[in-house]
Amino acid sequence: MPARRTSAAAFLVLAVAGAALVGCSKKDSGASTSADGSGPVQVTATDSSCELSKTTFPAGHVELAVANKGGKVTEVYVYADGDKIVTERENIGPGTKVTINAEIKAGTYEVACKPGMTGDGIRQKITVTAGASASAKADDRLTRAVTDYRTYAQEQADATIPVVEQFAAAITAGDVEKAKSLFAASRVGWERTEPVAESFGDIDPKTDTREDALEDGQQWTGWHRLEKSLWVDGKIGDEEKTLAAQLVTDLKDWQKRVPGAEITPTGMANGAKELLDEVSKNKITGEEDRYSHTDLSDFAANVEGARQAYELLKPVASENEPELSKTLDGEFEKITGLLGKYRAADGTYTSYDKVTEDERKTFSDAVNSLGEPLSKLAAAVVVK
Amino acid sequence: MDAENEQQAAPAESGGAAPRAGLSRRAVIGWAGAGVALGAAAVGTVAAATMSSEDGAAAPQTPDVPFYGEHQSGISTPVQDRLHFAAFDVITDDRDALVKMLKEWTKAAASITGGREVGGGAVGVVPESPPDDTGEALGLPASRLTLTIGFGRTLFDKDGTDRFGLRAKLPEALVELPKFKGDRLEAARSGGDLCIQACADDPQVAVHAIRNLARIGMGVVNVRWSQLGFGKTSSTTPDSQTPRNLMGFKDGTHNIAGTDADALGKHVWVAPGDGADWMTGGSYLVARRIRMTIETWDRASLKDQEDTFGRTKIEGAPYGKQKERDTPDLSALPADSHVRLAHPDSNDGLMILRRGYSFTDGTDGLGRLDAGLFFLAYQRDTRKAFVPLQTKLAANDKLNEYITHVGSAHFACPPGVRKPGEWWGQSLFG
Repeated sequence: MPARRTSAAAFLVLAVAGAALVGCSKKDSGASTSADGSGPVQVTATDSSCELSKTTFPAGHVELAVANKGGKVTEVYVYADGDKIVTERENIGPGTKVTINAEIKAGTYEVACKPGMTGDGIRQKITVTAGASASAKADDRLTRAVTDYRTYAQEQADATIPVVEQFAAAITAGDVEKAKSLFAASRVGWERTEPVAESFGDIDPKTDTREDALEDGQQWTGWHRLEKSLWVDGKIGDEEKTLAAQLVTDLKDWQKRVPGAEITPTGMANGAKELLDEVSKNKITGEEDRYSHTDLSDFAANVEGARQAYELLKPVASENEPELSKTLDGEFEKITGLLGKYRAADGTYTSYDKVTEDERKTFSDAVNSLGEPLSKLAAAVVVK
Repeated sequence: MDAENEQQAAPAESGGAAPRAGLSRRAVIGWAGAGVALGAAAVGTVAAATMSSEDGAAAPQTPDVPFYGEHQSGISTPVQDRLHFAAFDVITDDRDALVKMLKEWTKAAASITGGREVGGGAVGVVPESPPDDTGEALGLPASRLTLTIGFGRTLFDKDGTDRFGLRAKLPEALVELPKFKGDRLEAARSGGDLCIQACADDPQVAVHAIRNLARIGMGVVNVRWSQLGFGKTSSTTPDSQTPRNLMGFKDGTHNIAGTDADALGKHVWVAPGDGADWMTGGSYLVARRIRMTIETWDRASLKDQEDTFGRTKIEGAPYGKQKERDTPDLSALPADSHVRLAHPDSNDGLMILRRGYSFTDGTDGLGRLDAGLFFLAYQRDTRKAFVPLQTKLAANDKLNEYITHVGSAHFACPPGVRKPGEWWGQSLFG
C-alpha cells in the first residue's frame, strides 16, 4: 500500500512548529552537547530511508536529532551487538522532529529507523570512538565506581549460583519444605543487581517472569513458576525438576555475562532508581511473590543494591549536589531501618501477607521518599 | 541549579507575570502557531515580549490571576470552572523539612499560576534526569489557575503531639467541627494536615498543579485524599449566571461577591484582634464532600424538588417572586426549605463565601452514581459561621432527605504571599 503523502503546506507548518520546540529543548540540554562542539547527529527518516549526518563520532553524550520526513509514524533505535537496545524513541509522527539523548560507549552500533513501527527497520552502522568528549572526560572516581560496581554485580552473581543449586537440589529431591526455605535466598543476588541482570534481555524472561507477564506462546519458566508449584500446588513433579535445572543453567549464563555488561555512571544511578521503581510497582502491592509472600526479602535486596550503586557514586554526587546526597543518606537510612524491623535473627523477613495495609502505606511512603530524590542522582553524576 | 530556579521563578519587577528567563508555556504555543522558529538565544527576550500585552496569533487569554497579594487568591477570585482539591498528611516530624517544602511549594506555585513551568521545566536540566516539570500542562495557558493553601488542626496538635512546635499558635477558630446530625464521615475523605485548593478553567492545569506539588513534597507529605470538581456551583460574580448544582437548581445566589470589599471584610477575612495574629488577612475554609442520592432525587416530583429549595427550578425565583435575584419573602417559603433556612435573614445576617463544585466519582458499588457537591466555604470565624448554620441545616433542612455529608475538613488559610521571597506559612512558621 502506498504511503499517504502529507501535503506540502501541512508539512511546512509541522516542521516549523517542531523546529520551535526543538529550539527550546536544545536551549535546556545544550550545555552537555555543545561543550565539545560536535553538535547533534542528524537522522533523516523517510518511509524508505534512514540517513545519518555522520556515522562516526566520539563516545559519551550523543544527541540524535531525528526528522521524520516520511508519511508513516516511525521509531528510531540504537542497537548494540546482538540487538541490545541502547536507546529508542517510538511514535515519531510524520513531519515531526524529536531529539534522542544517550550516553554511548565506544564500539560499533546500528541505528534503525522503523517506518510504520514494524520489522527490523532500515539500518545504518555507526562507529563510536573512544576519546575526549564532554561528559566522558575522565573522572577517575566515576571510572572506579563503574569498575567497583561491576565487581559487586559479579560477586552477587557468583554468590547466587550455590544457593540456586541448593534450591534446585531440594526440588530434585522432592523436598517441598526445603525448597520453600531456599526460595527467597536464591533471589537475593539477582534482586540486588536486577538492572544489570535485565540488561541481558534474553535471560530475565526465562528466570523472573510472572504468570501475567507471559506473552502468547511463551513457556513459563523460572523462579515464579516454581514458586507457584511449591506454594499453591505443594508438590514437585518431573516438570518442576527440569525447570529447576533450567533455572541453574540460565543463571550460570547470567553469571558468565556480567563482565560484558554495559555499565555507565548514569546507568548505575538510573538502575538504582529502577530498583526502587520495582519495589513501588510490584512489591508494595505483594504482586511479585504472590504465592510465597517473600516480597520483603526482594524489597530489601533491591534497596541494598540501589544503596551500593549510590555509595559508589557518592564521592562525585556529594560534590556536585551536596543537598541531594544528604537527602539520599537520610532516606536510605530510614528505609533500611524500617526493613530492619521486619527481619528475623536468621535473616528472613516477615511474610508479606502479615504486613497490614497501614504498614504497607508506611513502606510506600518510604519508597517514594527515597525514589524521588534518587531519580535526580543521574544528573548529579553527569553534569559539571 | 538552585540559583537558576530562583531566577526562573521570580516575576518581572513590574509585578506582571512575564518571566525573566525560561520559556512560558503560552509563549511556546503562540510562537509555534505564528510560524517562527526560535533560536535558543532569543528565547528569553521573545518570551517576555509575548507575555507583556497580547499573545499575537494565539487566542485571546483571560489574564492570569496574580499570585502575590494581601490575601491568597482562590478565595474571592471569580470562581473558575474546575477544581482539584488535595488534603495532605505531613509524614515527617522534621520542622525544617516542612519549611523547606513550603518554600519550594511557594516558588512552584508562583510559576505555575503564571503559566510557567516548574523549576528547570518539562524538558530542562539534563536528559539523564527526570524533568522538574511533569509536562502535561505544556502548551496550555495558565487558565486562571489559583492555588490556595490551608493548615489543618493536626498540624498544630496531632493526638496530643506537638510535632512542629506550633501548638501555641493553633487559632481558636480552627475548631474540631462538631458531629452534625446525619454526618456519615469517612476517615479517608476527611481531615488532613495541609490542603491545596487548585481552581482553574482547565482541569488539566489544576491536576498538573497538584501533581507537581505532591511530587515536590515527596518525603515530607503525601496525599491523604483528593477531589476533582466540575461545574462550579456558586458564583462570586453576581453579574454572571448563577450555576446549577447536580440537582438542577441554582444555588448560592446570595453568595458574597468577590468585589464586595465590605462584605469580604465583615464575613471572610480574618481581622486584627480576631485571634491568632498570624491569620490576619487569612480565612477559614470548611470542605465537605456531600453525597447526593440523585437517583431518589430524580424520582421526586417537581413540586417536591421546588419545595425542597423554596425556589422555582427554571428561573430560580424564590416562592412568590418572579426573578432569581428578587428579595425572597422567607415566610412564603416552606419552613424546612433549604433557601429559607440558609438565608442570611434567617441567620442574623450570617454569610459565608461559597465556591463549591459538583463531582461524580464512578459508582458506589450499588449501581448508583457516586455524585454530589464538594462544598467549599470561606469565613472569618468558623465557630460563628459554618458551625451554627450547619447545625441548623443538619437538623431541619428538607434537603437532608437527598444528601449525606461523607467527608469533612477544616483548614486555616493564611494571608497572601505579598511578594517574591515570602512563602506560604511564613506568618505561622517564620
